[in-house]
Formats: sequence, structure tokens, C-alpha cells
Amino acid sequence: MTQQGPVQIDTVIIGAGHAGLAMSRCLSDRDIDHVVLERADVANSWRTERWDSLRLLTPNWQSKLPGFSYQGDDPDGFMAVPEIISFVQGYADAISAPIENQTTVTSVRAAGDGYQVDTDRGSWRSRTVVIATGACNIASVPAISASAPSTIDMVTSMDYRNPGQLKEGGVLVVGASATGLQLADEIHHSGRPVTLSVGEHVRMPRVYRGRDIFGWMDAAGVLDERYDEVDDINRARNVPSPQLVGSPGRLTLDLNSLTGAGINIIGRLAGVNDGKAQFSGSLRNNCALADLKMNRLLNTIDEWVSENNLDNEVEPPHRFAPTTVEDSPPLGLDLHNGQIKTIVWATGFHPDYSWLDVPVVDRKGKIRHDGGVVDSPGMYLMGMTFLRRRKSSFIHGAGDDASDLSDHLATYLANSASLPKS
Amino acid sequence: MNDQKVDNGVNVEALLGAREAFTGAPEAAQFTWRAKCDWVHGTYSQTTVEGFFGLGEEQQHKTTYSFDADHPEVFASEDRGATPVEIVLAGLASCLTAGVAAVAQHREIQLNSVSAVLEGGMDVQGILGMDSDIRNGFDGITVTYNIDADASKEDIEALVAQSQKRSAVYDIITNPTNVTVQVN
Repeated sequence: MTQQGPVQIDTVIIGAGHAGLAMSRCLSDRDIDHVVLERADVANSWRTERWDSLRLLTPNWQSKLPGFSYQGDDPDGFMAVPEIISFVQGYADAISAPIENQTTVTSVRAAGDGYQVDTDRGSWRSRTVVIATGACNIASVPAISASAPSTIDMVTSMDYRNPGQLKEGGVLVVGASATGLQLADEIHHSGRPVTLSVGEHVRMPRVYRGRDIFGWMDAAGVLDERYDEVDDINRARNVPSPQLVGSPGRLTLDLNSLTGAGINIIGRLAGVNDGKAQFSGSLRNNCALADLKMNRLLNTIDEWVSENNLDNEVEPPHRFAPTTVEDSPPLGLDLHNGQIKTIVWATGFHPDYSWLDVPVVDRKGKIRHDGGVVDSPGMYLMGMTFLRRRKSSFIHGAGDDASDLSDHLATYLANSASLPKS
Repeated sequence: MNDQKVDNGVNVEALLGAREAFTGAPEAAQFTWRAKCDWVHGTYSQTTVEGFFGLGEEQQHKTTYSFDADHPEVFASEDRGATPVEIVLAGLASCLTAGVAAVAQHREIQLNSVSAVLEGGMDVQGILGMDSDIRNGFDGITVTYNIDADASKEDIEALVAQSQKRSAVYDIITNPTNVTVQVN
């Protein structure tokens, strides 16, 4: 692109993943002139930052975006990464999104009555900006990782591709959300002995009463629960991803299935001292909490089934075995004796806002916002956990959020346009 | 259902208000707890607590509290107070029980009675220096609650689980803590 000054436009959307594209579609519907800036290609993080065997946690029928949905012949299946990429690319093509690929944003700052967005391929000036750069830009690794012996290889869930990249020998997987359980299971099957360090987690069966758990949560309205209706939104936004895997056999992946397969389950990694990893004695309570929470979810589903007179049409209610915890789980692990060769940090991700030169990031590195309306006029956020609804971080959650926020954005543009320019 | 107002004697509104205040001023949430210990004789010592730091300034208990600690006669001591490890159990018990009451109040569950029995197992060959493979401390602690409350068994289990999740002493016991001991 060759240009003189910055390009003037109503809205700049940063990021051409499913969330940025859903917003693009909603802005087009409202005749709002916009551009989608993408550092690489559409769905870049799916192309370059995910492990080989990954599939979506949500079933295919749930893959919906404004004006677009899954059209294949396996609605109950789960997309693998190449399918996810072609789904998101297919959406970008279908809505003719005005994308500038290979355009990396280097700075967003306040300018005039809006923002100046600088990139490595020119600048834009807009009264509104939508941040859709995702929640998972950088792997979060606890500070205690620095205390691990240098003989131990370390891999994050961002770098991990498949077990073949790990040394032969024992692996300590830290983290028991969807990522940690899936990697532990896959690495175990490669013949490497796996120890899984488990803190707070969310347990869920893949299938309950004959239906996918997301089908029930969708039907019972759990996924539509709003950010301004929950008891403690900060806590809700920090809940780890559920222990689920999207597999062709619709298998349930939980701590009991991993223990049964021969994986050692131990407490939350609490410290590393003199080459010895120390684990919390709280494993039993963390498992009890997860079992109780799962049963509350199943109660909600059972109540919904009864209220809708469906008890005779679906399988009867039942409960899953409580998580088995051995009597005295080990509290320490020697990292010097050669049994553990690799630590896999499946300890979550955080966003990268190093390019954002507007003071909206709090001391925890999160953008201050009210349901995606950022604490800076004309700025919006998309695609974060529980942004506006429990489903916000899932592909199908982007539609309702984009619809709400594009309404807000359109109103903002209309109102600020009528103000006299100072 | 229970139409009467739930009252476990916990001011949940004040606690929620404190959370709100600390969100805006996290430095006010920095507390320092203190204890002062004087050796009396043999294994007998007296520990007192009086002042602590919090909300940005020095604070005082309403009165000075004192704890007598000693070892029992089977250790050839005079048994003039609780064994220090029993005081640890007391700390865990009262922390978890306070948590049960607070969580119950927040969840609008009326408690009628709450009691807990704690047991900590210990192989004293550790403290006697007889076997380096045996640790000095507890090899495990069990806490058994008996709770009568206007709630289902599952809700009561959830109270106890949530209390552990938010307990300071539970965290201190289940996770390592750096301890620095110095001599003036």
C-alpha cells in the first residue's frame, strides 16, 4: 500500500479470526465503513499456534456465525484444525470481509476524536476500534518455572505440536483444563510416563442422557447467561476451560479416565526447591469442588428436561463416579533423578496488548470493559471469555456479542457525529 | 423453604464491601500478622498476639490473647499447655469453621450446629532424628465435620469445599511457605 497520510475510516477491526469477522459482518449489515487488519492470514492462530491433534470442543452443529453455519454431513462431529481454518476462511470469503492481510498493528493511540492505528503497512484514523486479537496470544507460565533444573526440557501449550518433539522419558504436565488433559492423554499414549499436576478445574461429561453436554447447556440457556447476571463476573471470566475433548468417538476425558489409563494425578504445582517439585495437598478438595460443580450443572439439565416434559424422550438421569484420589498423593517429585525429562506447561494463555497505547489495561494485563464496551469511548473488545455471555469465547458466541456491540458502536458513531467538533 | 432471615452472625455485606474497596486500593489489602513468644521454662512457652498491620495502619486486638504451649508428660515435659502441633490443628479448625459460617451466610444457609474433629498423624521418629526418611510434621491431617443446617447434604458438602478453597490456614498447611528465622 502506498499512501500519504492515514486512511480515514469509521471503524478499524484488529484481527481476522472468527470474532473480528463476525463483527465485520455486523458492521457491513449496518453500512459502517470498516477495515479488518490481520497480522498474517485469516485464522492465523489456528494455522500457526495450535497442536496437531486439536479439535474444537464444540460440536459442528454449534459452529455458527452471523449468516453462516456448518453445512457438512457430520453435525455431531468436532472440527480438526484444517477444517476450522477452512470454516473461518470460508466465512471471510462469504461475507467479503474487507481484510488487509499481512498487516501487523504496531500502535493504537488516541488521536483527534478517535484513534490512530499504525501498522507496518500504513496508518488508519478511525473514530472506533474493535480489538479482536484473541485471548490466547502468549502462553502463561508460572514464575516457578525458572527454578526448574536446566536439564529439564520445557514446552508450553503454544509450542507443543505432538509427542514426537519430546524426549523419550517421563513428562510432567502442569494444568488440568481441556489442554492439559488432552496433552497428558496423547503423551501417555506415545509411551512416555505422564504425571499430571491438577489445580482447580472444571469437570464435564462429553455426553449426558444421550446428548452432547453443549447441546444441553445450549438448550437450558446456560451458555446464554449474561455477564451482568452472574454473581461474580471476575471469577466467571477466570474459570478454566472444561475438561473436554472433541473426539470422533465422543469420549469423556476426565481425571478418572486418565488415572485408569495409568497417568499419575498429583496436586497443584506449588514450588520448586533444590530441584524438587512440591505439590499442594489440596488435590482432594479441588476434585471435590469439581465433582460438586459438575453435579450442579447436571441438576440444572435435569430440571430443564423435566420442565420441558422430555423425561420420556431422553435417557434417565444418572450421576458419574466421584473423582478417585489416592489416599496420600505424592507431595514432591525429584526433578534431578532423570525420571522427568520434560515439563509441559498447560497453564493457560493471556492476551498481548503491547501495541495498545491507550490506558485501558489494568494491573493484571486485562482491558477494562463493560461487556465489551471498553473504558475508552469508541473502543470495543471481542472474543474474550464471558465477554457478554458464557458462550462468548466459543465460535458461536461471537454472533450475539457482535450484534450487541455493533449496535452500540453504530449509536456511538451517530451520536458523536452530531456533536460539534472541538 | 426457610422464610426467616438467615443469621449465622457473619456480616457478609461488610466482607463484600471490603472486596469492593480493595479492588480500588489493593495496597490496603496488605496485612502483616504477628505473634510474640517468650520462653518460660523447659518446653513451656507463652505466645501472645496483640497488634497487627492492615488497612494501611497499625491495628490492635480488643485485648491481648495468650497461648500456653508445652509438651505432654509422655515426652517428659510438664504439660502446662497444648502441644504446638495441636495449636496448628486448632488454627486449621477455626479457620475452616469460620469459612463454613461465612460461606453459609453468603449462600443464605442457616447453620444450627457445626463441629469438627481433627486428627494429624505423626511418626515421632522424625522429630527425634531417628530416621531421615520420616518427616517431622504430620503425615496427613483429617478433618471430620458434623453439620446441622437447613440445607441438602450436597449443599453442606459444597460449603465445606468452598471453605477450604478460601482458607488461609488450609493454604498454609497444604502449600510450601518460605520461612526465614533470624537471630538479633
